[in-house]
Amino acid sequence: MALAPAGDFRTSYRADMTIFPTRNSLIAVLLGIAILCAAPLVLGRYEMGLLINIGFMGIAALGLNILVGFTGQISIGHAAFFGFGAFLSAYLHEKFHIPVILCIPLAGIGTAFVGLIFGLPAARLKGLYLAIATLAAQFILEDFFARARWFTGGVAGRMTESVELFGIRFDREESYFYIVLFFTIVMFVMAANLMRSRDGRALIAVRDHYLSAEVMGINLAYYRTLSFAISSLYAGVAGALYGHYLLFVSVEAFNILFSIQFLAMVIIGGLGSVMGSLMGAAFMVLMPEGVQWVADLLAGGWIDRTLKIGGSISFLREMAIGAAIILFLVFEPDGLAHRWKQIKAYWKLYPFSH
Amino acid sequence: MEPAILEADNVSLRFGGVKALTEVSFHVRRAEIFSIIGPNGAGKTSMVNCVSGRYRPTEGRVSFEGRDITRMGANRRAAVGIGRTFQNLALFGHMSVLQNIMVGRHHLMRAGFLRGMLHWGGARKEEIEHRRAVEEIIDFLEIQHVRHAPAGTLSYGLRKRVELARAVAVSPRLILLDEPMAGMNLEEKEDMARFIIDLNQEWGMTVLMIEHDMGVVMDISHRVMVLDFGRKLVEGTPAEVLAHPQVRRAYLGEDVGAEPVPA
Repeated sequence: MALAPAGDFRTSYRADMTIFPTRNSLIAVLLGIAILCAAPLVLGRYEMGLLINIGFMGIAALGLNILVGFTGQISIGHAAFFGFGAFLSAYLHEKFHIPVILCIPLAGIGTAFVGLIFGLPAARLKGLYLAIATLAAQFILEDFFARARWFTGGVAGRMTESVELFGIRFDREESYFYIVLFFTIVMFVMAANLMRSRDGRALIAVRDHYLSAEVMGINLAYYRTLSFAISSLYAGVAGALYGHYLLFVSVEAFNILFSIQFLAMVIIGGLGSVMGSLMGAAFMVLMPEGVQWVADLLAGGWIDRTLKIGGSISFLREMAIGAAIILFLVFEPDGLAHRWKQIKAYWKLYPFSH
Repeated sequence: MEPAILEADNVSLRFGGVKALTEVSFHVRRAEIFSIIGPNGAGKTSMVNCVSGRYRPTEGRVSFEGRDITRMGANRRAAVGIGRTFQNLALFGHMSVLQNIMVGRHHLMRAGFLRGMLHWGGARKEEIEHRRAVEEIIDFLEIQHVRHAPAGTLSYGLRKRVELARAVAVSPRLILLDEPMAGMNLEEKEDMARFIIDLNQEWGMTVLMIEHDMGVVMDISHRVMVLDFGRKLVEGTPAEVLAHPQVRRAYLGEDVGAEPVPA
């Protein structure tokens, strides 16, 4: 349990079950959301775009974290489900004229069913074998995207509409941001709730010790498959948000590299941590910006002249991502979420930390 | 005399050519403490695994409360009324002690993932109800002070106790304890023995236990079965079992004369 301030006692079981351990942590989060709501007043379009990216990437990473971090399964086909959600939402809107705001959750549910199908092998496979099975899901779906022109628009891609609500079009970064913020909060609260209730515990039990989980009455096949479905639900919602943000969805975005990026987010953020997923996503979205900034600083300098990196920023970026993953695995295998906890503990106990 | 709650009828278990169990029959009566003893590799844990569903007997039948459970999946046996602990610790290491024990309530809870995600529709109420039951177990096993600690960080003796708590949380009518006292010091053993007796007498659970500590086994068991090389050697009250010449030789180091005992 997090360090509770002296005198902060729980007097009911309900108070002991809350998502936020103390009143202050709840206030801090609400304040954070309030500040975010005011962000469009201060930040420009580009920065808002980054925040939107962090939002839907965070949702997708959270989905993968439920699968990888909480259930201990593995998937290297997450981007394919993300893409499926994007296409499905666009398709539902165009074909059945369902309002986009409803298409997004529906896309999540639809993707969950697709995830359920591809998750069936997960009931029996573990570790590397499952990794290969999910790799198959990645390629099958990618191939499906390229061929099913009615669904995806084929190689040309598919145009999507922006969200329209009460006559307002959320087609600019400043406005669409609120849609993403809303879904991000809902999806994260739902995940936090899941993890403090029966089925969430069952997922963690399957990860930590599947033999004794079975003896406790947990159906391993059911929960392993369920975890896949839930993770796809998150990927679907995130994909739909992505689609309605870019207003154009094309096949080639959802490749295996993208899947691996999601894995990187989850590892960097912290396996088995809800908030870590958001931190990992933020890290992965902001790091290239940081690298860009550094590269701009270096451009023309003596390092640039000797190494000639000026034009190969993307190359530098990939290297930075790789280096970040390695460094995290070595120095902080529990991810940013864990580091954050330690920083908090440090200040709480300062200067008597021992 | 109480009727049998668990019956094993001619249970044999083979792994390829290895015979782990050969035609073992026994029954456990309701509300008794029944111990299985025997040397290493005698098939004690295999027998318990046949009861808990980890293994499926190659031949024979296991029935619980008159119902054939030989082919029932392991995960369905919690709901039937069988709980167990493991010989090697099998806690959910990253979960808190409290959450570990809450997992034991799994089959008694109803809220699925949808209600769980929304934390609505009775999910919270159910959670609180079961929390109450779990706290009672925590009080009983005296682990209040580690309630919120991650299970993986606890000392060995405490972990054993948490594992027992988790098995008790299943609310089983038959609880299988695989070496509950292995690796414990004298004081911890005494505590554990007292918990087992309380479980039996106050919580009304039937106990099927594997244990190597002869002192404890003979003190608290109502009946004892001895396994050797996968076969049943003898079954009876502690006094009867102790009187058996082969048991005397194996466990008490007694020299039973020069002539070999017929197997």
